[in-house]
Amino acid sequence: MKHSENIAPILEIKDLRKSFGEKHVLNGFNLKLFEGENLVVMGKSGSGKSVMVKCLVGLMQADSGIIRIKEQDIEVLGRTELDLLRTHIGFLFQGSALYDSMTVRENLEFPLRRHKKQLHLQEDTESLVLEALKNVGLEHTLDLMPSELSGGMQRRIALARALILKPEIILYDEPTTGLDPITSKEIIQLMRSIQETYNTSSLIITHDVDCARVISNRMILLVDGINYAEGTFDELSKSQDPKVKAFFKT
Amino acid sequence: MTGSANNNKFLAFFEEAGELVLFTGRFFTEVFKPPFEIKELLRQCYQMGNKSLLLVGVTGFILGLVFTLQSRPTLMQFGAESWMPSMVSISIVREIGPVIIALICAGKIGSGIGAELGSMRVTEQIDAMEVSGTNPFKYLVVTRIVATTLMLPLLVIIGDAIALLGSAIIENLKGEVSFVLYFNQVFDALSFSDLIPATVKTFFFGFAIGLVGCYKGYNCSKGTVGVGEASNEAVVYTSMLLFVIDFIAVFVTDIFYG
Repeated sequence: MKHSENIAPILEIKDLRKSFGEKHVLNGFNLKLFEGENLVVMGKSGSGKSVMVKCLVGLMQADSGIIRIKEQDIEVLGRTELDLLRTHIGFLFQGSALYDSMTVRENLEFPLRRHKKQLHLQEDTESLVLEALKNVGLEHTLDLMPSELSGGMQRRIALARALILKPEIILYDEPTTGLDPITSKEIIQLMRSIQETYNTSSLIITHDVDCARVISNRMILLVDGINYAEGTFDELSKSQDPKVKAFFKT
Repeated sequence: MTGSANNNKFLAFFEEAGELVLFTGRFFTEVFKPPFEIKELLRQCYQMGNKSLLLVGVTGFILGLVFTLQSRPTLMQFGAESWMPSMVSISIVREIGPVIIALICAGKIGSGIGAELGSMRVTEQIDAMEVSGTNPFKYLVVTRIVATTLMLPLLVIIGDAIALLGSAIIENLKGEVSFVLYFNQVFDALSFSDLIPATVKTFFFGFAIGLVGCYKGYNCSKGTVGVGEASNEAVVYTSMLLFVIDFIAVFVTDIFYG
């Protein structure tokens, strides 16, 4: 999937830097995500992938750099504008992050309470919740508590919650981490089918090569806080660079 | 080495106090701004008020029983047992009831808030709220602090009433004082200068319980160890703060009514 320089990316990061004391995690990271694209960012544990994605949604303040989502610079947005922008972004957390004091239904209704009107969603809450659950194949879990679900089911419910506001961008933070191989494959297939159904743009943070192979249109390897290498899965997997090869060894 | 360690502790204390002041400031800027999370506030009031009622009731009842049983022999030595209702009511309403019930609530409610918000922080539930476009400070912190501020006075009033009932039972059994006579003497002894300052300070007690619990939980880190620490520190810090508030309240009351 090639993109012309004339097309504005839906999400762009320029020269992002972030340090924790003496530890420089991001040293000028750049990224462009285009509409309908699945972009995978791969890196070792502790390479700053999660920090980058948290800076993207304003959960963490970057030291410097520009983050532009839907042509809006998030650094200059006020609380209300940022909250509104966030409704265009779905976020799947590494540990699912379901609200454990709420049922599945309440988890899914939560993002709708404030933003259903603002986003002009015509359907009633119940239909939106059921549609989101149908997308992940878990309609029967509506009144269960998160603690009653398996890890894979929790991840799928979290994905349904990320989808409920019909976002244009979905950020996946290690979507398959902690899951068995079969459930991981199910999640990856689910991500693909969601992208095909809703034409979302996805930024996937992972160190799972299988996940990257199946889902990516394009990949960035994050090494030492910079984009070390970029290209398609095939291009990168054939690279002779030792640092790039190390990712694909397994 | 010891001097440097003490300096660090000293600095850490003031840093923490400064952060708590900022947290309080954020509460006051958010509490009056819409949208108001009324449904969640009512849920928290129910959780904190109704679900603490049994504990407060039992504590109050035993407090009244024990206090009367312990005081009786001493008053009898001076032939002053007829002063029992006045003494017990003034002591309980002015001081012992609010402080003991606030301490009980610091243990139950404060630690609960610290643990709940702490575990939400470490499992990224608070982050998930934030990215879904909901202000988690408003939804989680403001509602809990307002709920404790509103519920604690009610719990203290109920606890005081049950403590006086416990005292009346002992007086009835041991001193053959009727309930009507006991409560007549209680109401004769109490004045608004006893009730108003004692009730006003319970709003501050409730505020302190909610504030410290939320502060510790909301800023929790370091995984499950952090959750335990947040819960524990919420109780310890709140208990200390309650005594400081109590001292200030008594001092101010003394200026106005002394």
